Amino acid sequence: MIKKIWPYARPYTGWIAAGVLCAAGEAIFELLIPLVMSDIVNIGIKTGDEAYILANGLKMVVMALISLALGVGSAIFSSIAGQNFGANLRRAQYAHIQGFAFSNIERFSTASLITRLTGDAHSMQMALTMGMRLLVRAPVMMISALILSIRISLQLSSVFLVAMPVLAVCVGTILIKTSPMFRSLQEKTDALNLVVQENLAGIRVVKSFVKAEEESEKFARRSRDLKATAESAFGMVVINMPIMMLIVNATLIAVMWIGGGLVHTGTLEAGDLMAYFTYIMQIMVSLMMVSMMFMMMTRSVACGKRIAEVLEEAPAITDDGAQPDAVVEDGSIDFENVSFKYSDKSAEWVLRDVDLHIRSGQTVGVLGGTGSGKTTLVSLIPRLYEAGEGTVSVGGRPVGEYTMRRLRDAVSVVLQKNTLFSGTIRENLLWGDPNATEEQLWAACRAACADEFIEKMPGGLDYDLGQGGVNVSGGQKQRLCIARAILKQPKVLILDDSTSAVDTATDAKIRRAFANELKDTTKLIIAQRVASVREADLILVMDGGRIAAQGTHEELMQTCDIYQDVYRSQQEGVSLDG
Amino acid sequence: MAEMNKRPGGPPPGGPPHRGPGGGGSARHGFRKPKNLRGTLAKLMQYLACYKKLLILVVCMLVVSSFCTVAGSYMLKPLINDYILPGDFPGLARMLCLMALLYVTGAACSYGYARIMVRVSQTTVAKIREDLFAKMQTLPLRYFDSHTHGELMSRYTNDIETVSEALNNSFGSLISCTLNFTGTIVMMLVLSPTLTLITFAMLFVMLQVVKFVGSRSRQGFVSQQKAVGEVNGYIEEMIEGQKVIKVFNHENIAEDGFNARNEAYRKAATRAQIFSGIMMPIMGNLSYLNYALTCCLGAVYAIRTGAFWLGDLAAFLQYSRQVSQPINQISQQVNVILSAVAGAERIFEIMDAPSEVDEGKVTLVRAGRDADGALAETAADGALWAWKKPDGELVPLRGDVRFEHVVFGYNEEKVVLNDISLYAKPGQKIAFVGSTGAGKTTITNLINRFYEIQSGTITYDGIDVRDIAKESLRRSLGMVLQDTNLFTGTVADNIRYGRPEATDEEVEQAARLAGADAFIRHLPDGYQTVLSGNGGSLSQGERQLLNIARAACADPPVLILDEATSSIDTRTEKLIEQGMDRIMSDRTVFVIAHRLSTVRNAKAIMVLEAGEIIERGDHNELLEQRGRYYQLYTGQAELA
Repeated sequence: MIKKIWPYARPYTGWIAAGVLCAAGEAIFELLIPLVMSDIVNIGIKTGDEAYILANGLKMVVMALISLALGVGSAIFSSIAGQNFGANLRRAQYAHIQGFAFSNIERFSTASLITRLTGDAHSMQMALTMGMRLLVRAPVMMISALILSIRISLQLSSVFLVAMPVLAVCVGTILIKTSPMFRSLQEKTDALNLVVQENLAGIRVVKSFVKAEEESEKFARRSRDLKATAESAFGMVVINMPIMMLIVNATLIAVMWIGGGLVHTGTLEAGDLMAYFTYIMQIMVSLMMVSMMFMMMTRSVACGKRIAEVLEEAPAITDDGAQPDAVVEDGSIDFENVSFKYSDKSAEWVLRDVDLHIRSGQTVGVLGGTGSGKTTLVSLIPRLYEAGEGTVSVGGRPVGEYTMRRLRDAVSVVLQKNTLFSGTIRENLLWGDPNATEEQLWAACRAACADEFIEKMPGGLDYDLGQGGVNVSGGQKQRLCIARAILKQPKVLILDDSTSAVDTATDAKIRRAFANELKDTTKLIIAQRVASVREADLILVMDGGRIAAQGTHEELMQTCDIYQDVYRSQQEGVSLDG
Repeated sequence: MAEMNKRPGGPPPGGPPHRGPGGGGSARHGFRKPKNLRGTLAKLMQYLACYKKLLILVVCMLVVSSFCTVAGSYMLKPLINDYILPGDFPGLARMLCLMALLYVTGAACSYGYARIMVRVSQTTVAKIREDLFAKMQTLPLRYFDSHTHGELMSRYTNDIETVSEALNNSFGSLISCTLNFTGTIVMMLVLSPTLTLITFAMLFVMLQVVKFVGSRSRQGFVSQQKAVGEVNGYIEEMIEGQKVIKVFNHENIAEDGFNARNEAYRKAATRAQIFSGIMMPIMGNLSYLNYALTCCLGAVYAIRTGAFWLGDLAAFLQYSRQVSQPINQISQQVNVILSAVAGAERIFEIMDAPSEVDEGKVTLVRAGRDADGALAETAADGALWAWKKPDGELVPLRGDVRFEHVVFGYNEEKVVLNDISLYAKPGQKIAFVGSTGAGKTTITNLINRFYEIQSGTITYDGIDVRDIAKESLRRSLGMVLQDTNLFTGTVADNIRYGRPEATDEEVEQAARLAGADAFIRHLPDGYQTVLSGNGGSLSQGERQLLNIARAACADPPVLILDEATSSIDTRTEKLIEQGMDRIMSDRTVFVIAHRLSTVRNAKAIMVLEAGEIIERGDHNELLEQRGRYYQLYTGQAELA
């Protein structure tokens, strides 16, 4: 994990080094100060030498000031390093995600990717900032305090030989005991939040089925469950501090007893004994810091692992097999014995043995029930997924031979679950072609029958859509997405059930516009309504991952039972047309 | 004991439970000042009131533990002066035993109070959480319309967490810090009022630093919070739309946009972190400065007066190290407490929000006919439904729904339904047709009183719906909504959601009626397959089938289908038609559908436009009228 994450901190090694040095320096100075103090007491007071006292006092003040400067420095450097590291980590993850294929995104799920980019990265940067200070300070303080205290009195220091292992065992035990508790605490928190989430999303269902009481009861059960776990986990944690205090204080008493004897026999100065107390404190405080760090680290390690998972995920689709200069010449599409499943492990093929040949400029309709593989079929054309077996070719070449950029520039898809982004209509349309002129924009809108409602919007093309396009209706959204796709001037245009919320008349108008203005573009239209594909050059009927039948409307009406079924289920309104 | 004053229960190893994205998170470092400190604290106190005795015990333990800490340090003086230097070892042993006793007592007390606080805080927080949830269930839909899920969710994830943290640590910390601080100052004054003056001077300087740095770090955190919001918002939007980004080769541009925001966040955060980070070293080293000055002057003082013993100096120095600690901590804890109070305030805002009003007295009961044919209330297995009026009179439920001159708007300015009058006779199928925003869904939301009408009346079997207890009213109406919401649990659990007592047989029967049986049997564990994430592994069409099965299982007298089959392809819809017809038979049914084929056989079809019924009649009548319905049906008009 560290191996994977560290490179993103490496550019800031300078800042980290500066921060670490400052922190170490600060820690050392903090230790030297009591040393000078013991000189004041031992030499100054004993001899009554005021000048000596003042000189050493000045020394202490200067040291405190230097230590202050170093401390501030370490805070500044560690903040800079930590924030840069966090920002770099986010940037790297984000950039890496941009290379993900659809299958990669689905493997992680959108929500979890968001968490990794936000919460996890934040926790890592905090770990670095805090870690630089604490992890450096603690060992430096401990080691130098140990050295100094041994220098004062080796005999007295034997106390540590007992105290330290005892402390380590106690803290270790608590850590080992609590960490599974906190894991289960996390799980129970998630379970609780899930109830809230589901109830928020389904509040209408809860209300209409009059389930408020049961849901509250369910929530209360989980809440009490969480409470019990939290209580035992935190109850364990609070033992930590009193135990440490007890051990430290026991050490102090031992030092007093042994030290008292040493002072009495004259082997130890009284001032030294006092300095010694300070060191004990410091050693113990640094031990506490270390134990706190461990607690923090357990969480950061989990976050780091999650980030590393993202960074290690190899994009499922790459440009490795591409010829950089290959250009999509025309819109012909060929499927040769194509089979596909979403993961190697799944037993069921989503597509099986698909053979399909579409000439450039044809209009192809795709019909089929839920789960018949329509969307999967068209997703293979812009290489959103990689065919498992067989080859998919566009413009006479297998899709893998084009760079993804070239291929997707030529193949435009209007996804079933489509998204508009916050910003104006214009900004969204420009996704299709950043250099589009005003005329081109309007032309695309006309072809998608979006011009009428845009004209009515305040500001026209500059109308603000709001986040996720909340300010337009479903049908309007779909037409904007179509316009956006047309602007790419693609060789192949794929509409995946993209006019479901558009009325039949407008739907027909859009199809007419396609026929007139996108003559050379191959058009694939997935639709629920027979009317939407009736005039297509070729209609595919999908069933259970296979192309059950293909042909024109007339042919299919003769030969295909499924098609006839679908047709019959919809024909009532249509019959009035004539 | 200088740096040991940090109170137990610091950062847990697992860290605070994870907060989801979009949850705001701002409460954490937000320093958002509460608007009504006193009122919120009073409410919090009510929750704590039942722990009065325990809390008094906590305070006692805190006092004892602080006393032990201070006294422990104070003992250093007599130890060195009276025992070590003169070499009185039996005395030293006695004193050390006393000290040990003090320390053990102190440790025991500090464990005791921390443990009690864990119990108090966890129980209190659980209580608040449960109350909040129960309250949430009573809020009117209007409330959920005007607050985002993320916002409400963050009440549970962020705000409750901050309250719990504050209860766990801060209140105890604050008290013990104050006690330690006061105790230390008192002891210093006892030891040497003169030297204490130096400390006072330094404390003054420290306070200024805390104020100066603190206010800048607060500002820093505010702008950091804003930047975090920007980055997270961008991340959310872009990752949600990642597939579109890929389809449009927009990766580079999306990356640039991200980098700009990421960079802005980095700058803001660095500033905030620096200001919050330098607080500790500054305070720590100022305390060293204080230590140095005190040591120096103390030594001179000791020489000049001769009255000030080495032991006094040692103890005094110990105190002078201790004294600055609480200041830093108090200022930290005050911030934690303030943001906890702000969090609590947001929680109480929800608790104080008005619940759905329900003055209805008429209830729904199961009934049967007794020997002479009169209606009588029966147990749950009665064959009939009946309304029970407050005076005990039973009225059979028939499913007669009437709207008379109903006017409704989601807010004062905009009327959504204008003077709607309609009726559905028992057993009739009534359909609503019209474009988005015409008010179709609104009408059904008024029948079950999700919203209150402005004027007019809605009656149900002749009873004003406002006189019917909401629970009973809703129990009598089955809703199948377009947005399919399933709950984590097995498929069977989801189907029997509206009637938990339904047998497995009844569940399967309902699934068969809804045409869901076939696909459920193909799931890995059939009816016992556990669904999670709103049934994420199912297609939208399958979820809708489950939704229908759920309503069928609840077996309500009146059914409302709001775009219930919109994602089911026409062929499948045809297949389930028979089952649907059986579900709808003998009930009053309200149907909203996009697809006109679904509503064709309705007894009456209402065409709605801009909140008014512009046409009504059955299919053939409407076609003959050659009006709006005709246009829609023949595809000449848009239905969005």
